[in-house]
Amino acid sequence: MAVLEQPRQVGLLRRPTSLTGFWSWVTTVDHKRIGILYFWTAFFFLLVGGIEALVMRLQLAHPDLELVTGDRFNELVTMHGTTMIFLAVMPLSSAFFNYMLPLLIGARDVAFPRLNALSYWLYLFGGILLNVSWLFGGAPNAGWFGYAPLTSSVYNLGRGIDFWIQGLQLLGVSSLISAINFIVTIFNMRAPGMSLMRMPVFVWNQLATSFLLLFSLPAVTVALIMLMFDRYFGANFFNAAKGGDAILWQHLFWVFGHPEVYIIILPAMGIVSEVLPTFSRKPLFGYSAVVFSTALIAFLAFGVWSHHMFTVGQGPVVNTVFALTTMTIAIPTGVKIFNWLATLWGGSIRFTTALLYSLGFLSMFTIGGLSGVMHSAAASNLQQHDTYFVVAHFHYVLIGGALFGLFAGIYYWFPKMFGRMLDERLGKWGFWVMLIGFNVTFFPFHFLGLLGMPRRIYTYPAELGLARWNLVSTIGAFILSVGILIFLVNVWKSLRYGEKAGPDPWDGRTLEWSIPSPPPVYNFRRIPYVHTRDPHWARKYPHLAQAEEPPPAATAADSEAEHGIHLPSPSYMPILLALAITVGAFGGVFRNVPLVALGVVGTIVSVYLWSVEGEGGIVVEPEGDA
Amino acid sequence: MNEREAARAHGAVRGHAEAHGAHEGAHVVPTSTYLKVGLVLAVITAVEFGIVYVPALKPVLIPLLLILSAAKFVLVAGFFMHLKFDRWVLAGFFAAGLILALGTYLGLGAIFAHRGG
Amino acid sequence: MAEHHGTGGHALQGPARGPGAAQALAVGHPQGAGHHAHSEVGVTGIDNRKLGMWLFLASECMFFGAFIVAYIAYQGKSLSGPTPEELLNIPLTSLSTFVLLMSSLAMVLAVQAAQQDRQADARKWLLATALLGLGFLSFQAYEYTHFIHAGLTLSVNLFGTTFYTLTGLHGLHVTIGVGWLLALFLRSLKVGLGRAQALSLELAGLYWHFVDVVWIVIFTLVYLMSVLG
Ligand code: HEM
Ligand SMILES: [Cu+2]
Repeated sequence: MAVLEQPRQVGLLRRPTSLTGFWSWVTTVDHKRIGILYFWTAFFFLLVGGIEALVMRLQLAHPDLELVTGDRFNELVTMHGTTMIFLAVMPLSSAFFNYMLPLLIGARDVAFPRLNALSYWLYLFGGILLNVSWLFGGAPNAGWFGYAPLTSSVYNLGRGIDFWIQGLQLLGVSSLISAINFIVTIFNMRAPGMSLMRMPVFVWNQLATSFLLLFSLPAVTVALIMLMFDRYFGANFFNAAKGGDAILWQHLFWVFGHPEVYIIILPAMGIVSEVLPTFSRKPLFGYSAVVFSTALIAFLAFGVWSHHMFTVGQGPVVNTVFALTTMTIAIPTGVKIFNWLATLWGGSIRFTTALLYSLGFLSMFTIGGLSGVMHSAAASNLQQHDTYFVVAHFHYVLIGGALFGLFAGIYYWFPKMFGRMLDERLGKWGFWVMLIGFNVTFFPFHFLGLLGMPRRIYTYPAELGLARWNLVSTIGAFILSVGILIFLVNVWKSLRYGEKAGPDPWDGRTLEWSIPSPPPVYNFRRIPYVHTRDPHWARKYPHLAQAEEPPPAATAADSEAEHGIHLPSPSYMPILLALAITVGAFGGVFRNVPLVALGVVGTIVSVYLWSVEGEGGIVVEPEGDA
Repeated sequence: MNEREAARAHGAVRGHAEAHGAHEGAHVVPTSTYLKVGLVLAVITAVEFGIVYVPALKPVLIPLLLILSAAKFVLVAGFFMHLKFDRWVLAGFFAAGLILALGTYLGLGAIFAHRGG
Repeated sequence: MAEHHGTGGHALQGPARGPGAAQALAVGHPQGAGHHAHSEVGVTGIDNRKLGMWLFLASECMFFGAFIVAYIAYQGKSLSGPTPEELLNIPLTSLSTFVLLMSSLAMVLAVQAAQQDRQADARKWLLATALLGLGFLSFQAYEYTHFIHAGLTLSVNLFGTTFYTLTGLHGLHVTIGVGWLLALFLRSLKVGLGRAQALSLELAGLYWHFVDVVWIVIFTLVYLMSVLG
C-alpha cells in the first residue's frame, strides 16, 4: 500500500508515521488493530482469571484444606470475578465490536478513531492497575460487587479496595467512551443503503450493549465515587455510625450490575445470530422479532435490579414487582431462542466448530436461563441466595452463554482477522472437551447449592457431606482447562502453519466476507451500496435473495478509489492521555498528592494537545482490485 | 450515476431525504428569541424565590416548584440547547437518558425510603 | 457551518470517514483555521461530535441523578447538625442561579454570533460566559467557606456528605466548563471564532447548558425545598 500524502510535521505535534513495528501498534487508531489488541489482552486476562479459578477449585477439592488462607481466598474470589467480567469477557466482546463493526456496516473506521485507541489503553492500564495490587499489599477482597460495609476503611484496612475503586473507574471511562463511539458509528457511518433494519443482528446487539453501558455505567461510577469519599475523606454514605445505609451501595451497584449481565450476554447473542444463518445457509429466522426482542431486553434490563436484593427485607410488594419484571425478560429471551432454533430448522447445516459452539451456547445458556428464572421467584430465591446454586447459574450464563458465544465468534472470525483458518479437527476436540469439562465443573454446583453450601467460603468441614461433588467439580475444572489448552495450541498452529483463509471461507452473508482476509487498512476499496440484508450473500446468489431494489451502478465513493483513500493518522495522544489518567489513579491509590497532581496536569495537557492536533489524515492508494 | 443520485437513492431507502445537505445549523433562531427566553428564565427564578416565603402556598409548594423548575429545564434544553430545532434523534437520546434516570431513581428512592432506612 | 463537503454530503459520508482532503491537508497546520472547518455529518445529518456529545449528556443524567437521589434519600436522616434549614441561603443562591442562567444566555449568543461569522461578538459573549461561570464559582466558594465555619464538613453528618458531593461535583463540572471556554477563547485569538469554529463552540455550549440545567434541578430540590424543613 502506498501512502500518497502524509501530514506536514510540526514541532510538538509530530505525528507518528511508521506503518509497521512496535510504535505503529502503540500509536495505531485503526479499528482492526485495536480490535486485535483487545483480543490478545482479553485472552491473557481470561487465562489469569482462569488460573485464579483453578487455585480456588484446588482449595475446595477436599474438606479442610489449607492450600490458601481464607484471606487469600477472598482476594482470589474477588479478583477472579472482577477479572473475568471486566478484563476478559467484556473486552473480548469489545475485540469483535472494534474489529467487525466497520466491516459489517461498510465503513472505513469508527466515528472517533483516536477515542477508540484511548478506550483500549485505559482498559489495558486499568487491568494492570487492578492486578498489580497483588504486589502492593493485597488484592481487593470484598467480592466482585464489593458490598458495603465490607469495603469501608474501618473493616478493610489494606489498599486492595483502593486499587479496586481506581481500577474500575478507569475501566468505566474506557467502556463509556467506546459506547459513545460505537453508537455514533452505528447511527452515522453505515454504508449507503444500509438502513437500520438491514444491519446485521450482531450490530443491533452491539447497539443495545452500547446503550446499556451508556446508561448503566454512571450508577457504578457514582457508587465508586461515594465509596472513595467514604474511604478517603471520611464521608458517611455507607457509614452506619452516622446514619448512612449500606443498602444504598447495593442499589447503585445493581442499577449498573444487572444491565451489566446483558452487556456480557448480548454480544454473544449477536455472534450466534450471525453464525447460525451462515452455517444453516438460511437467513436468520424472524429478523425483526430478534431485533425487537434485543431492544426489549435492553430496556427491561433497567427495571429488575432489585432482584439481587430479595433477601435484604424490601417487603413483599417490592419483591413481587421485581420478581414479575424479572420473569418478563424471559419472554423476549425465549423469542430469540426459538428464532435461533427456527433458523436451524430445514437449513443445510454444516457442523463447523463455530456452529458447535453456537449450539453449545444455545443449550447451556438455556440451562442458565432456567435457573435464572428460578432465582427470580422471590420466595425460592430466599433459599438459593448466596449459595452455590447461584454460582452454578451465573457460570452457565457466563461460560456456557457468553464465553461459548465468544468462542463461536473466534472460530468464525479468526480467519478474517488473521487470514488463516483454525484447525477444525482440533477445534472440535477443544469444543467437546470444554463442553464436558464445563458441565462436570458446574453442574454439581447446583447440588452443592441445594445442599446449602454458601458461596465465597474457603473451606468446609467433612461432616457436611459436600466433599464428593466438590471433588468432581475440581476434576471438571481441569478438564475445562485442557479444552482451553487445546484451543491455544490450535491458535498457535494456525498462526504458524494454518491454511490461508481467502476472503470468504464460510460462504458468508455479510459485508466482511466481501473483502480480503485480513482486510487492508482502508477495509473497502469501494464503499459498497447495500440494498438488502445479508448483502454479500445477495450478491453471490441473486436468485436466492429478495433484493428489494436493483443496486445502483456505482456509488459516490468511486472517485475515492481513483484519488486515494483518506484515513485518520496514527497519534501519540491516546496512549499519552491514558497514561496521564492512570498516573492520577495510581496516585489516588497511594493517596499521593503530587502523583495525583501530575496525573491531572498531564491529563489537561494531553487533552489540549489532542484537540489542537486534530484528527489528521493520510491518503493511501488502494492496492490490487479487491 | 453521480453523487447526487446516489444520495437520493440512499435517502429514499432511509426514508428521510436529506440529499441536499440539510444540516442541523439550518434553522435560524432570531436573537430576540434567545433574549426572551433569558428573560423568562430570570422571571421564573424570581418567582421561585418569592413563593417559598409565602406561607399560604406551603401546601402546594412542592408541585409548584417542580413545575417551575421543569419549565426552566425545558426552556434551556429546547431553545439554548436547540433541541426544539434540531433533529429528533438528539432529543430522543436525551429523553432516553432523562426518562431512564427519572424512572430508575424515583423507583430507587421509593424503595429505599419504604424500607425505613 | 456551511463547510460540508459537497452537496451530496451524506452519501459520501459515513463510509468515507467524512474527512475529505480538506482535513488531511489541514494536518500540520494545527494553528490554521483549517481543521475545524470540516464537519463530519453522517447518515443522521448530524455531526459525529455533536451526536457524541448528546450521548454523553444523556449518560450524565444517570450520573447526577444518583447523587440527587442520595441527597434526597438521606434528607432528615442526619444524626446531628447542622441542618439544611439552618445553613442554606436561598436569597444568595437565587442570585448565583441567576448568574448561571445568564451565562447560558451569553453562551447561546456566542454560538449564534460564531455561526453568523460575527467574530468580535462571538468572542465577547464567550468571554462573558466564562466570567459569569467564574462568578457562579465564587458564590460557591463563598458558600462553602461559610458552611465550613458553621461546622458543616463532609464528615460531620449525612447532610454534609451528600450536600458537598452533589454540589461539589456540579462545581467541578462548572470548573471544567470554564476551563474549556477559556481555552476556546485563547485559541480564538489565534484562529478566530467564526463559522469555522462554530461547531467547537456549539459543543462546549451544549455541555455548558447541561451543567446549567442540572443546577436548575439542584436549586429547586436542595435549596428551595429546604424551606419545607
Ligand atoms: C475457568 C473456568 C471457571 C471456573 C473453574 C470458575 C470457578 C469459580 C469459583 C470456584 C468461584 C467462587 C465461588 C465462590 O466461592 O463463591 C467463582 C466465582 C465467580 N466466577 Fe468463576 N469460574 C470460571 C470462569 C468464570 C468466567 C468465564 C466468569 C465470567 C465471565 C466467571 C465469573 C465469576 C464470578 C462473577 C464469580 C463471583 C465472584 C464473587 O463472588 O465475587 N467465572 N468462579
Ligand atoms: Cu440481575
